[in-house]
Amino acid sequence: MAMWDHQVEAMPMEDLKKLQYRLLKTLVYRLYSFSPFYHERMKQAKVHPDDINALEDVKKLPFMYKADLRDNYPDRLFTATRDELVRYHVSSGTTGKPTVVGYTKNDLDNWTNSLARGLVSCGLGRGDVIQVSYGYGLFTGGLGLHYGAERIGATVLPTSVGNTERQIELMQDLHATAICCTPSYLLHMGEVAEKMGVSIKKDTDLTTGILGAEPWTDVMRSRMQEWLGIKAYDVYGTSELSGPMFIECTEQKGFHVWSDLALVEVLDRDTGETLVPGEAGELVITMLQKEALPMIRFRIGDVSVLDDEPCRCGRTHPRIRRIQGRVDDMLIIRGINVFPSQVEHTLMSIPEVGQHFQIVVDRRGALDDMLVRVEISKDAFSDKINDLMQIRSKVEHKLRNALNVGVNVELVEPGSLPRFEGKSKKVIDRRNL
Amino acid sequence: MDVKNYIIRQISVFSENKPGRLASIAKAFQEEKINILAFSIAEADGFGVVRALVNLPDKAFQKLTSLGYNVAFTDVIAVKMKDEPGGLFEIAELLGEAGINMEYAYAYSGKEAAVLIIRVDHVNEAVTRILSKGGTLLEAKIFS
Repeated sequence: MAMWDHQVEAMPMEDLKKLQYRLLKTLVYRLYSFSPFYHERMKQAKVHPDDINALEDVKKLPFMYKADLRDNYPDRLFTATRDELVRYHVSSGTTGKPTVVGYTKNDLDNWTNSLARGLVSCGLGRGDVIQVSYGYGLFTGGLGLHYGAERIGATVLPTSVGNTERQIELMQDLHATAICCTPSYLLHMGEVAEKMGVSIKKDTDLTTGILGAEPWTDVMRSRMQEWLGIKAYDVYGTSELSGPMFIECTEQKGFHVWSDLALVEVLDRDTGETLVPGEAGELVITMLQKEALPMIRFRIGDVSVLDDEPCRCGRTHPRIRRIQGRVDDMLIIRGINVFPSQVEHTLMSIPEVGQHFQIVVDRRGALDDMLVRVEISKDAFSDKINDLMQIRSKVEHKLRNALNVGVNVELVEPGSLPRFEGKSKKVIDRRNL
Repeated sequence: MDVKNYIIRQISVFSENKPGRLASIAKAFQEEKINILAFSIAEADGFGVVRALVNLPDKAFQKLTSLGYNVAFTDVIAVKMKDEPGGLFEIAELLGEAGINMEYAYAYSGKEAAVLIIRVDHVNEAVTRILSKGGTLLEAKIFS
């Protein structure tokens, strides 16, 4: 099995942990000395760098939150000087101010290497033509994968987003073998291609999809693989970590998190206790080598499971399984994790209903019962009951596919659902009453 | 003969199936002094559609929309029936012979005659066919 950096990727776990400890210790000393923000935070938590004497001591360190970046807009958390910075990226922030991330030369190098390892781990290399259909610019997706793909010696087709018909023509004419984009954009491409009379499965050389930047499911994976004739791999990251960072290997069972770059903890959502591998909880990530914008114990807000079982691909680094959703609002329905964000995402793709929704969870006998109330949009309102019933079935069907759990849908009058800024109030859980 | 004369604008309102919704719609009509000439409720699981022929359809549309209701106009036609045993049969048979497929229908029995209000797929053609079979349609202006 080809690896980009065999020495690091197949390093025994023991050695990796020693390396992580060394990097952590250095990082903490550096921050305590040079980051007024983190120095203050450590003082509040009554921790000194001398208290970090084992990898497990990471638990003693205070957390960082997304809000810390916003509050210190634009660059007050940076620990590199202007001279050392070689690039900015800016995340558009869904609430309020954007966040700015800066990179030193080493930061870009580590980011690019991380993606080079990932791209090779899913079978790509020299001779591949990688179409990068993530946005180029302030967003990290386009440029990140662009340089990762160049580093492994592949040929980059930097299409960025938009102009889908042209993208499909170029995919055909230049024999793209892989594409990097959001799963929903690839679905859209597949549909547009069919309208043009092009079957991605039969009429292109595409074999690989590197898909991420939004939640998707294994059901979507199977469907895309079958329909488009590709292998679809999950890619994970956020701008705080540098950008897209980790890609699944050919085993397709989660992405290897390179231990020399990142230390992952999984915390119980209620108690904050560290969970053992195999248990689902909130991901907390420490970037061990970032220079311009260090992130220590960053509460990234995603929920998943850490898997440290040996991987058949030979890489020793633990894997994070597919992200299950956001911390703030996970529900468990008949044993399946359901996130309001998944519901929202699905509804957004259905023009007949508005984006507003309310989830009501109840227990009927021994079973959980999930009802999603949606507003019927003005344009979709038909005086025919049949049409309305069909809209409801369509919504139920799409939600079932996205969530892997059966859902009842209720159509309600427009404007009748409460409007909230946050997601928490969109859920009424009656099971505990 | 202008078929347009026979096409009546029915007002359709999406309503959740819960206490007080009909009262709220009816109150809106009352406040605007809108007279209801015919009326029906179609019910599905959890929601319904209120359909009405009113004398001031535009005003009704405006008022209900301003209250946040999802409102639509739907074209229907009104077939006159004899208000006596066999009256519906006569008309239903005529519609069958004319090959008209009804989406839905409701009826009222007024002072002069009984009336069957129907929604069909192709309203213009239905008007022509009913008239050619000797049926009587009420003119839209009666409802405004």
